[in-house]
Amino acid sequence: MVTPPDVSLVTPELPVSVGTGPEREFTVKARTQTQLIVRRFFAHKLAVGSLVVFVLILVVSLLGQRFWKYKYGVVNPDALSEAPSWEHPLGTGDLGEDGLAQMLRGAQRSIQIALLVMVLQTAMATLVGAMSGYFRGWVDSGLMRLVDLLLTLPALALLIVLASRFNAGWVGVAFVIAFVGWAADSRVVRGVFLSLREKEYIEAARALGAKDRRIIVRHLLPNSLGVIIVNATLALAIAILFEAALSYLGFGVQAPETSLGKLIADAQGAVDTRPWLFYFPGLVIIMIVLTVNFIGDGLRDAFDPTQTRVRA
Amino acid sequence: MIVFIVRRLLISVPVLIASAMLVFLMVSAAGDPLAPLRANPNISQDAIDARRHDLNLDKPLPQRFGIWAANFVKGDFGNDLAGRPVKPQLFSRLGMTVRLVLVSQILALVLAVVAGVFAAVRQYSIGDYIVTFTGFLFISIPVFWFAAVLKEWVGIRLNNGLDSLFHTDRRFVFTIGDKTPDFSGNAWDRISDYAGHLVLPTLALAAVTYAAWSRFQRASMLEVLNSDYMRLAQAKGLPRRRVLVRHGLRTALIPLTTVVAINVGLIIGGVVVTESVFGWHGMGEMLVQAATTRDVNVMLGWLMLSAVAVILANLVADILYAYLDPRIRRT
Repeated sequence: MVTPPDVSLVTPELPVSVGTGPEREFTVKARTQTQLIVRRFFAHKLAVGSLVVFVLILVVSLLGQRFWKYKYGVVNPDALSEAPSWEHPLGTGDLGEDGLAQMLRGAQRSIQIALLVMVLQTAMATLVGAMSGYFRGWVDSGLMRLVDLLLTLPALALLIVLASRFNAGWVGVAFVIAFVGWAADSRVVRGVFLSLREKEYIEAARALGAKDRRIIVRHLLPNSLGVIIVNATLALAIAILFEAALSYLGFGVQAPETSLGKLIADAQGAVDTRPWLFYFPGLVIIMIVLTVNFIGDGLRDAFDPTQTRVRA
Repeated sequence: MIVFIVRRLLISVPVLIASAMLVFLMVSAAGDPLAPLRANPNISQDAIDARRHDLNLDKPLPQRFGIWAANFVKGDFGNDLAGRPVKPQLFSRLGMTVRLVLVSQILALVLAVVAGVFAAVRQYSIGDYIVTFTGFLFISIPVFWFAAVLKEWVGIRLNNGLDSLFHTDRRFVFTIGDKTPDFSGNAWDRISDYAGHLVLPTLALAAVTYAAWSRFQRASMLEVLNSDYMRLAQAKGLPRRRVLVRHGLRTALIPLTTVVAINVGLIIGGVVVTESVFGWHGMGEMLVQAATTRDVNVMLGWLMLSAVAVILANLVADILYAYLDPRIRRT
């Protein structure tokens, strides 16, 4: 990773009193760029707390089903519509399904979809944005016109139209969301590439005979990683909300599968009679999206220290 | 300025044409108007083929696009699956949605400017943290869930509470539709009936929009507050209020103008969820129905209408920006 040395962290040589051990050039420990970013991130308490909560939700939703005594989709005629208790911490549905088991499955699917969307969308946005920003000219105009076109249509409307056909399984839902979402992100990546490609170290690399491919992969990509990662976290948050909205409207995950959005949709007729089925999935969605947004905020501050007062 | 507007208008035409192609391509990929016929075992293959020929589905895609575009330009949006013309339905739905959007967007705008400016002026105060956290919270809430919570707590419980308090046997806030179907009463009651139906969907829509805008307004106000001319205005000894409003706010509103203008174009798509929660017979509900039945002409007309709205909104945003910030015009 090619980075200009961080001058501000090197204090000028201090007068060293004679006879106090070996002479030291620096009084501040030298840190790599990555160490600085990690330190800045961990100085952001809200972001770190969010990260802990998010990882917890992630682990529980991806692995929790194995360890919970009730399984998803198993009905139990002896426990119809029960309120939360020690036996059923999140109550039961009208067929006696365990609320927690349903929730674990729903959260698992929602998070799987969001993670896949994040990967697909970020890869697509980075590819298009990098090509556009680096090569400029007709490649740039062509790709950016396409992006402009996609952005003239409301995202949710596009999602509904496409998902009404291509929502086979949760993977299909993820592909549709990523297809609609990459356009806006690619613009951001392009902007970073456009400004970075004019920097001296890129000029130096080119003068040394580096090929386009090497300049993009070894020099430009590592230095725009901050923006890409921050955008990826936002993509994750938005994907959770889009999946929920799609499933709620009936175009997302289909029965017998479930997701957090579908759980809410199924329970909305019973807000009065079985409130636990309605409120808990919504709260989980809020927890996921909120923590991811806070993590994104912390990452943004960590990658771009000019935006914040926190110094690490 | 005139030259600028004309140039922007001319650029919009090819964008609209390309947008139409994209819309047609996507809807043809997603929609299947013959699906309900195929699903019915009583309909013979011949009948399906005849229907396919009627709908021009046996022709190649570019030719179908040509036929559809020619009709569209002439103002013929085609018929829906039930055989009714799409255009009048689309515009009556648009009216319903605009009624909902207008109030909520104005509410969101006022709230966002007040909250954003307050948070920026009192940066890192408790008030700032509350505003920022509320913004984050509303960005993170699924709209349909929030809307259903509103229905339950404001629409039903608060209403019942008021009823038992005043012993009136009437509703103040409604949870479904845009008006009471069989309504009798004077004009005043009629107006309050309409308003009572608008309250909840407006709140739900406004909350989500407000969240994004207040964060944006805070950032833009902060940028202005740290600029040199603000320091100069303060150094001249102007009263603080005057510095903030005349020098600060006026400049800090410019970026939000564009965001709001563009968002108004996109909001037609954003109301889909809210409308379906509140049974509001607007554009959103229409799209959901069309997508469920894979009604090609309705989806096409709908998406084109929203594309036109977005392109117009972008145009207005550009013009507003050029008017407010003269530096733009020269580039």
